Amino acid sequence: MSLNARNRIASRVARDIPEGAYVNLGIGLPTLVADHMAPDKDIFLHTENGILGRWEAARQGEEDWDLVNAGKEPIRLSPGAAFFHHADSFGMMRGGHLDICVLGAYQVSMHGDLANWHTNIPDATPAVGGAMDLAVGARQVYIMMELFDKQGQSKLLAECTYPVTGLKCVNRIYTDVATFEIKEDGIYIMELIGDISFEALQQKVPVTLSR
Amino acid sequence: MISKIVDTAYEAVSSVRNGATIAIGGFGGAGQPEDLINALIAHGPRDLTIVSNNAGNHEEGIAALLKAGQVKKIICSFPRMSHSYVFDELYRAGKIELELVPQGNLAERLRAAGVGLGAIYTPTGYGTVLAQDKPTLTINGKGYVLEYPIEVDFSFVKAELGDRWGNVTYRKAARNFGPVMAMAAKHTIVSVEKIVPLGELDPEHIITPGIFVKAMVSRTRLTKGALS
Repeated sequence: MSLNARNRIASRVARDIPEGAYVNLGIGLPTLVADHMAPDKDIFLHTENGILGRWEAARQGEEDWDLVNAGKEPIRLSPGAAFFHHADSFGMMRGGHLDICVLGAYQVSMHGDLANWHTNIPDATPAVGGAMDLAVGARQVYIMMELFDKQGQSKLLAECTYPVTGLKCVNRIYTDVATFEIKEDGIYIMELIGDISFEALQQKVPVTLSR
Repeated sequence: MISKIVDTAYEAVSSVRNGATIAIGGFGGAGQPEDLINALIAHGPRDLTIVSNNAGNHEEGIAALLKAGQVKKIICSFPRMSHSYVFDELYRAGKIELELVPQGNLAERLRAAGVGLGAIYTPTGYGTVLAQDKPTLTINGKGYVLEYPIEVDFSFVKAELGDRWGNVTYRKAARNFGPVMAMAAKHTIVSVEKIVPLGELDPEHIITPGIFVKAMVSRTRLTKGALS
């Protein structure tokens, strides 16, 4: 996916996050969302390693390796931040205090099951980190992903074929083709991107869509 | 007069025996007590079980301990990181056992050990392969997994300031697992940047009170006043 396409998805997610929200941005694509948040809109970022507040990448030469984000990259804090330990940080997730988390995904099922931690490659070192805690903990889980994989297969599926991270946890999927909302009674199109029609999208996605 | 200060990291870790379980603080490099890990390598106990968020990278810290062949098992949430080749090779060769634990469950199972809970029910991991074969419970329509505390013999924690009674402050996001690991172990060893005289730490600012700390070493030379 081009940087432009990635930024377009990120800007849509940023637009939909209301002022006052407590938000965790996952590693990878979701970190781009911060760049699209209006600086005058008070949105509180949460990072699993124990920081709430707002931050940006540390300037070159000013890196402090005790001050890193979830991707272990050095950051520079804006005024108003708070530090806390890991049990509190994950308590914020499970305890329902976090309004939104934005995560990447390999697959999402029509039920809102999420697969984003393992692709069944036998030789890969398994690693889960905070993904499962975020998936079940945040009040709203937003996914950012390309809708189709490199073979052109939809990553929105009837059932995940990769090991799941959490069940029935995804609320929205922001993709390069459309934005989807997963509700109790089905999957709704919130927005079509570019000139694709609803009918054309429905043909490419193996789950029933509503509008 | 009680003083938990020991002169060297080597002396602090010298009671670690073969087969011990050790929680090691840190999120990547932030909060990883490298001086204590290096002392443990010099001391040389084997068949260790390490509890830590990551498994180290390059050949420093936990990766160096793995490379020294002292670890039989690691309980960890994210062993894969850039340059984590020491762990990757041991794992592929079947030379190290991995218990993969979601990060919040790792923190809460350590906390459970520290606060005397017999077990916890957590929603994290429910319905996933990491909860396979574990008892579950549905409470108000939501699924939970039974998880047991991670009991540890030792915790190695990196902090910022400490006094001779073991009261400790941390620095920025290097705090991460430090406070829960300090509570979880029978014997917690803290490495601080600097030891200050009793009373110099504002009681309002102490994050880990000395009751959780058995021994403390300083990464900088002790001053005479520190012992008062």
